[in-house]
Amino acid sequence: MTSTTKVEERTLDSLLRLDRLPHIWCPGCGIGPAVGCFIRAVEDSGLNPDKIALVSGIGCTGRVAGYVKLDSFHTTHGRALPFATGLNLGNPDLNVVVFSGDGDLLAIGGNHLIHAARRNMDMTIICLNNFNYGMTGGQMGPTTPLDARSNTSPYGNIEYPFNVPYLVAASGATYVARWTVLHARQLEWSIAEAMIKPGFSFIEVLGPCPTLYGRMNKQPKGMDTMHHYQEKSVVKNGADPKDVGITAEGPIVVGKFVDIERPTFWEQCKLVIDRAQAKKNE
Amino acid sequence: MSENGVLCGTFFMNGDVACAEGAISAGCRFFAGYPITPATEVAERMSERLPYVGGVYVQMEDEIASMNAVLGASWTGRKAMTATSGPGFSLMMENLGLGVMLETPCVLANVQRAGPSTGLPTLVGQGDMMQARWGSHGSYEIIALVPSSPQEMFDLTITAFNLSERYRVPVLMMSDEAVGHMSEKVVIPQIAPEELVNRRRPHGGQEQYLPYKPDEDLIPPMAIVGEGYRFHVTGLTHDERGYPAMTAEAQDQLVRRLADKIRLNKKDIIRYEEVEVEDAEVIVCAYGISARIARLAVRQARAEGMRAGLLQLITVWPFAEDRIRELAQQVKAFVVPEINYGQIVLEVERCAAGKANTLLVAHMGGSVHDPQTILQAIKEAVR
Repeated sequence: MTSTTKVEERTLDSLLRLDRLPHIWCPGCGIGPAVGCFIRAVEDSGLNPDKIALVSGIGCTGRVAGYVKLDSFHTTHGRALPFATGLNLGNPDLNVVVFSGDGDLLAIGGNHLIHAARRNMDMTIICLNNFNYGMTGGQMGPTTPLDARSNTSPYGNIEYPFNVPYLVAASGATYVARWTVLHARQLEWSIAEAMIKPGFSFIEVLGPCPTLYGRMNKQPKGMDTMHHYQEKSVVKNGADPKDVGITAEGPIVVGKFVDIERPTFWEQCKLVIDRAQAKKNE
Repeated sequence: MSENGVLCGTFFMNGDVACAEGAISAGCRFFAGYPITPATEVAERMSERLPYVGGVYVQMEDEIASMNAVLGASWTGRKAMTATSGPGFSLMMENLGLGVMLETPCVLANVQRAGPSTGLPTLVGQGDMMQARWGSHGSYEIIALVPSSPQEMFDLTITAFNLSERYRVPVLMMSDEAVGHMSEKVVIPQIAPEELVNRRRPHGGQEQYLPYKPDEDLIPPMAIVGEGYRFHVTGLTHDERGYPAMTAEAQDQLVRRLADKIRLNKKDIIRYEEVEVEDAEVIVCAYGISARIARLAVRQARAEGMRAGLLQLITVWPFAEDRIRELAQQVKAFVVPEINYGQIVLEVERCAAGKANTLLVAHMGGSVHDPQTILQAIKEAVR
């Protein structure tokens, strides 16, 4: 992290639904800072906000769609990606962003995630990982670390969590990064970069959940988790995704892990349309 | 074939293919699906034909994803559909509800096979009729059409898109394996643009636009994504702005409107055909492939001197309750043949209650009715 701070004077109110504030998120929650990074990234990217569609699933992070002043869709649990697939293929000129939580994208939506990555759908996924289901009151999920406490793992979690960047990279994502909400500037740039880059871009964002996961795991304040990020995180751009799994003892590896080129699904669709048209003209 | 790649002429094709061609004639340019017997031919035809007319076919990872992709595509302004059968239909129910809640025009064809569960994948059934009405959770109204021939597969798919665009609701095509797989003559006319309905677009400025402020007919105009409206839509109970509204009042207002926009327009939506009902003392009320079998039975009954008629339901949802109530005044009984153990018969019974008897001719699936069983029921009813 940089040691200098620059106070900026820019208002991003035009990208927020101010008439919906205050929001529902708890004090110390990581979702708000991540949304802040996202809307600054929209500005950084120079993209026309009218052409950005944001899709969320269900859960605390699923509520993001309701606070951004963009065409935004609050869909069903786990289904943001296939809904976004329809948006992208219906109008390939849109810049489609999926902003949702770890439970939504990796558990109930896990099948959609690997297939959207495999197809290289042209969209950017911001996955806010707070290691538990917040909206329903703090249950374990597919990213909850081994041995962590939750309201459905009161004796400690016995499941091994996903290494999320490894999963999406193996599935075919062409851009994979991980940041924490402490890495506000890197996260903002990363989101902007991902939005501009064609193809399936996935950013895992670690964020505190002091009310539930934090309280049950010795980080009762948002700042506790932020200190934890500061102590444990190591920036390793280009790290092999298989080495970035999150464990209780190890470091939290952050950075940009994958940035490759591969034809997007829409580019492939155009090939099909061209072939069909050629047949028509035979 | 016309210049734009849309078919025109007389063809010999099966019902599934006719459904796909009906969709293309209706202006459908997006299909998301997952292979399932006996609906696969719809997807196969779409994968060949959509790129030909500049549309997009995408094969999703399952039917849940298919339904969602269809909804997403519809919000870009495209006419969109999917096709499936029983097991896939079950998977689509969650997001059929999202389609109802977001008021998203789209068409879902269910080429029914016999269930429950995997049942008889390659053989006919009509067991999803109540699921069509009640399959997603919560209180809502839906439109469901039932074709009985490949020609109707073509014609009613166009009707389905028109109703869907008009009322901003997913429309179900409740076909079945027999109709989907039978090949017959299908006449495909050139469809004039004025025969196709397109969703009503916002008529005010972008600043004033409220996504769920209905016009007088209870249907809100629909913006499409990317045009600068910057709208928000949610599966949560919402107000006219599209914002979540967690109150009993908002729930009352929304759920009533979602149902009433269909209920109050029943006359425009409901379709049926009648054969010799004027003097009938027994009416066979049937739909889909069973209506074709019933036609034979009614003809035979007439030949034997019985005053029998046929009411063929073309829409099953909303149900033709007013017409059945009227006919109940005149007939001794309704005979209801279905390829299930009694679903639509419950609706007929409800409408005929106290006025006329109702006889179910149940057939569990795997084949269609023997017309003799329907004739036998007519004879019993006359007695």
